[in-house]
Amino acid sequence: MERQLNLTVSSRFENIELVQAAIDEAVAGRGADDDVRHWIGLAVREAVANAIKHGNRLDPAKRVEVAVEVDDGTVVIRVTDEGEGFEPEEVRDPLAPENRMRTNGRGIFYMRRFMDEVSYDFGPGGGTIVTLRKRISADGDGQDQQEELS
Amino acid sequence: MKIERRERNGVTILELDGKITIGKGDVALREAVQQLLAEGITKILIHLEKVTTIDSSGVGELVSAFTTVTNRGGKLKLVNLPPKVNDILQITQLITVFEVYDTEEEALASF
Repeated sequence: MERQLNLTVSSRFENIELVQAAIDEAVAGRGADDDVRHWIGLAVREAVANAIKHGNRLDPAKRVEVAVEVDDGTVVIRVTDEGEGFEPEEVRDPLAPENRMRTNGRGIFYMRRFMDEVSYDFGPGGGTIVTLRKRISADGDGQDQQEELS
Repeated sequence: MKIERRERNGVTILELDGKITIGKGDVALREAVQQLLAEGITKILIHLEKVTTIDSSGVGELVSAFTTVTNRGGKLKLVNLPPKVNDILQITQLITVFEVYDTEEEALASF
C-alpha cells in the first residue's frame, strides 16, 4: 500500500529535525531496519540543510517543500527549495586531495553514498528539486548499502 | 548536543553527547574548541562515544577544529568513535587524517 506525506517548512535549521522525524515515521515498519533508517535520515538532513542554506539562503520567509512516497519497498523523497539552482557537475569532489580538508562540500557526496539514486531538477521559475530514492525492503538493493555501512 | 569538559594527564577532554549537526551541535563544538584555544589549551581529545548523529556540517566542524588546533601548534585527537561516526569519516577518507583511538588511555598516552 502506498503511503504519501507532504510537508512545508520555513528555512530554519531547527525544522530539519521535524522533517527527519516525519520521514522516519513514514518509512518505519515498511521494511527499513534501524540502519537503513539512519542513513535515509542523514541523506534527508543533508538535502533539507542544502535547501535552507544554499537554496533559500537562510531566508526564513522562503519555504522548503518535502514530499515522500513509500511504495513497493522503495522510498522516494523530493525536497524543493525556492533558490536559484546550481550546476551539480560543478560541485567539488570531496575525495580529491586538495578538497579533503575543506570544511564544507560533503553534503551531496553523503546523499549519493547513502541513497540508491540522487537526481536534480530545476523549476522553470527557479528552485531546485532534489529527488532521493532508496529501496528499503529487506531483500532489496538497500541491503548492499547496509552491509557496507554498519 | 551537550559537551562536558574534563582534564586528565594534562589533556583536555571534550565529551560530546548527542547530534553534531547543522545549526546547533556544530556551533557548540566550534565554541567549545575556540574557548579552549582562548585559554591557551592545545592538547585536546574529543570523546565521541555518545554521539548519535553527525552530518556534513559536523564533519566540517571537526576538520576545522583539527586544522585550527594544528595551526596553533597543538594536537586534537579523537577517541571512542561509534560505528556510524566511523563510517562517516571513513567514506570521506578523513579517518586517516585524524588520529583516532579506541580507548581513552591509548589516546592520552599518545600526547
